[in-house]
Amino acid sequence: MLTVRHLTKSYRSAQEQVAVLRGVDLDIAAGESVALTGESGSGKSTLLHLIAGLDQADGGEVRLGDTVVTALPDAARAAMRRDRLGLVFQQFNLIPSLSVADNLAFQSRIVGRHDAAWQTELIERLGLALLLKRYPEQLSGGQQQRVAIGRALAAKPLLLLADEPTGNLDEATADEVLGLARDLVARTGCGFLMVTHSARLAATLDRRIHLHSGLIA
Amino acid sequence: MTRALWVLAVLLSHWRRHPMQLATLLVGLISATALWSGVQALNQQARASYDRAAATFGGARSATLVGRDGATFPQQLFVDLRRAGWPVSPMLEGRVTIGGRSIRLLGIEPITLPAETTATPEIGRAGVQAFLMPPGQTLLAPETLAELALPEGATPEIAGAGTLPPLRMQRQLVPGVLIVDIGVAQRLLHLPNRISRLAIGKTGGARPPLKAVAGDQLRLVEPEAETDLQRLTDSFHLNLTAFGLLSFLVGLFIVNSAIGLAFEQRRPMLRTLRACGVSSRMLNSVLLLELVSIALVAGLIGLVCGYLIAASLLPDVAASLRGLYGADIPGQLQLKPQWWLAGLAISVFGAVAAATASLVKAARLPLLVAAQPYAWQQAQHRWLRWQGAAALLVFASAVGFLGFGDSLTAGFAVLAALLLGAALALPVILGGVLALGERLTRRPLTTWFWADSRLQLSGLSLALMALLLALAVNVGVGTMVESFSRTFTGWLNGRLASEIYLNAASDAQAGEIKAWLAHRPEVTAVLQSGRADVQIAGLPVELLGFADHDTYRDQWPLLDSSAGAWDRVKTGNAALISEQLSRRLKLSLGDRIQVPLTSGPWSLDVVGIYADYGNPKGQLGVVVDALFQRFPYIPRTRFGLRVMATAVPQLMTDIQQRFGLDGRNLADQATVKAESLRIFNRTFAVTAALNAFTLGVAGVALLTSLLTLSNSRLPQLAPLWAIGITRRRLAAIELLKTMSVALITSLLALPLGLSVAWCLIAVVNVKAFGWRLPFTVFPLQLLQLLGVAMLAALLASLLPIIKLLRMQPARLVKIFADER
Repeated sequence: MLTVRHLTKSYRSAQEQVAVLRGVDLDIAAGESVALTGESGSGKSTLLHLIAGLDQADGGEVRLGDTVVTALPDAARAAMRRDRLGLVFQQFNLIPSLSVADNLAFQSRIVGRHDAAWQTELIERLGLALLLKRYPEQLSGGQQQRVAIGRALAAKPLLLLADEPTGNLDEATADEVLGLARDLVARTGCGFLMVTHSARLAATLDRRIHLHSGLIA
Repeated sequence: MTRALWVLAVLLSHWRRHPMQLATLLVGLISATALWSGVQALNQQARASYDRAAATFGGARSATLVGRDGATFPQQLFVDLRRAGWPVSPMLEGRVTIGGRSIRLLGIEPITLPAETTATPEIGRAGVQAFLMPPGQTLLAPETLAELALPEGATPEIAGAGTLPPLRMQRQLVPGVLIVDIGVAQRLLHLPNRISRLAIGKTGGARPPLKAVAGDQLRLVEPEAETDLQRLTDSFHLNLTAFGLLSFLVGLFIVNSAIGLAFEQRRPMLRTLRACGVSSRMLNSVLLLELVSIALVAGLIGLVCGYLIAASLLPDVAASLRGLYGADIPGQLQLKPQWWLAGLAISVFGAVAAATASLVKAARLPLLVAAQPYAWQQAQHRWLRWQGAAALLVFASAVGFLGFGDSLTAGFAVLAALLLGAALALPVILGGVLALGERLTRRPLTTWFWADSRLQLSGLSLALMALLLALAVNVGVGTMVESFSRTFTGWLNGRLASEIYLNAASDAQAGEIKAWLAHRPEVTAVLQSGRADVQIAGLPVELLGFADHDTYRDQWPLLDSSAGAWDRVKTGNAALISEQLSRRLKLSLGDRIQVPLTSGPWSLDVVGIYADYGNPKGQLGVVVDALFQRFPYIPRTRFGLRVMATAVPQLMTDIQQRFGLDGRNLADQATVKAESLRIFNRTFAVTAALNAFTLGVAGVALLTSLLTLSNSRLPQLAPLWAIGITRRRLAAIELLKTMSVALITSLLALPLGLSVAWCLIAVVNVKAFGWRLPFTVFPLQLLQLLGVAMLAALLASLLPIIKLLRMQPARLVKIFADER
């Protein structure tokens, strides 16, 4: 479902060109969950951003289903994110002025695939029923991340991308949140790629790949 | 479409969670639209009135034939021209006195009146018979009827000339004019078989050259696109427009500040929307849609407020225009649909202009750059250097306009450049002062105080610019008005030297009163005066006749005079000239002026120039006997009485009882002075109101900037709180910082305001009104304004400070929890 081939990306720092990704190859099948680990600066988040179309690669190819993401212009990449991806960030990135209920429904509504039954199931399984009228600033970190996962999965994406989703959470909450994410991913049958520093959490997914100096180790 | 609506709903949810920010944005837009539209409504109303006046019976909008020397000419010329095929219609114009009031009288001949020159079609058709047949009609505007305090159908007595035909109200007419049949006008003005001008119709056909019919006696005046009144009052309207524009800009400062902060606060939201798949194009379109929707709502409210402002200021504007230029404006506001549309357009334009920077930033928003809440402030620092250079350039252009410009527009250009340059220079100067403060301090908290003030400066600079401009304009206009007021009061004391002023109902009564006064020992002199109106070089000029008496020789305030000026005036061959007329006609001492008369020009040597503040007309002062000799039919009803001060009340009572004169025709010096000062003060009431509005809006700009900044200030304050500085002390430091920058701004506004005052007095006034005042600085007034500015700054700071004082520690702790 997701195919990455010879992906390269470099950034210009103050004095020199720094190669962050130096030819990454990666495949993820539908329903498969993969942990992406590596030291700080190894290029994990950059790889995730390129897959999501948030940034443009210097070379190589990212293919999601039959779509070559790396060949798309900005507007088409935005449409691809909207229709096929779910994104979860370490910072939660909820919309502060929307209630929990509206945050949950937001992406499915702009995609035009709002499914009330699935929304209700998500709310139940994520334990958000009593929090629907609250605003993000009134929630704990774990609660906010549960809302972020719900929002990402509400439109039933092809692939869920999570960038250190448990980085701001304590161990117990991290386990709980990741457990929920895994269950829901399994329920939808989408692919799941999670960037994490935690070997313990990485071990709970189907497969783990390690990125070292811009290459899959 | 649904997608766009969802995105719009998300964007709008921000305002629901930040109602204060929305209120700020709305206040800014409403203030900007209201003040701009209000001023435009006043201008539109005045211009419509000028058009009405111009269109009334062959004004400046029609081609006319006038006497070669500007005086009246024989009616026979009209007959000759009609016979020769010229489509002309005669008119006679003059002034009559009704119950002590001098009113313009216009005589017309409705049968020949060209259709395009009349603003009252009723006269041209069905009403002709009633108008012409005895007793005839006197047509007048409702405002004039109200001013005369007479009912319709009344036949008022004209001093020394009989009665007017019954009064009949005509709504289309411009106020301040009485329309009668030309025969009636000739009788009342004592000008039998004379005509002031001939209106020319547009009907074609061959006609002989003018010279062949009338010789050199007449000249053709082409129709003008712009009326005399429009030209004369341009400066007043320019002044109003400048105030409107200034308030509009100050309002936009608020909008810019509110939108800038909203953008910074929404930056993470925008990035999340983009990450969730909203395209950049859609996001920017919806942002624009959101802005236009808010601008339309605010524009509508602003228009209603603008209408109310205009309606409340209209009486004062009308008084100003009448006092300064003799222009009559109806007291009821009538607005065209274009005004409403233009108001909405200006609101949208203002909002988009103020939001341009934020919209461009949103369009270029990088998806992956970490949040930089203060990046905009840093970017502004980079602009400071450019801004400083631009300020220097604008100041240089002000000097250029001052040196090489010689028009009213150049005067306003100097003012605009001065204010713009100062506004641009303000952040640079403030930055320099704060940097100096930082460099000179050693203690850590004090160093932080200066450094943090600099950081805050970029967020506050627009509001401070607004404060600077509003204060400078207040200082400038305040100094000008106060200078004017002092000069005017001194001048009034000189001009109003008689203890009692009297205007008899008729020449006969005047004779009786004079005979009676001769037996009153307390009356030391009876000073006869008289007035006549003429046109010199196309300008309306008033001839003022005064008695040859020591009262005038000793007290008349002359600006400049030749040797033996009063003795030469006494001969009847020399005149004193008002300052504005001498500037308009470019006449100085020793020059000669020709007054057109039916019997031939009256040559007068200019031997003195005197101030005549507030008079829209130019004036020539001549000895009254010479005036009566040349204008035998003008009323001889006015005189001033020199009386021992203690005898004034009793003498007034005796005159009232014996001759039945009321307050309009008999007044003591104190009453006339008080009335003159009342009119003077009303003239500047509009300026004062707009001044107060502008300062108020600047205060709101400061408040909104501080309020919006207060939220983003927490990350700076929380660490200080954490290391042991109490909230009370933090609040005191915050207050001190705001007051410091406000004080520096206010101190800078003082010299700027004085420069504005000098420019108004020495450049704009001279060009606009024709008189120059002495420039005086009023330290107490400056101190008062400084106090008002500091009070405004204090009030604006209080709310954010109280918020900080009452802030729960948990909120400050949360800053650290949110730190990433």
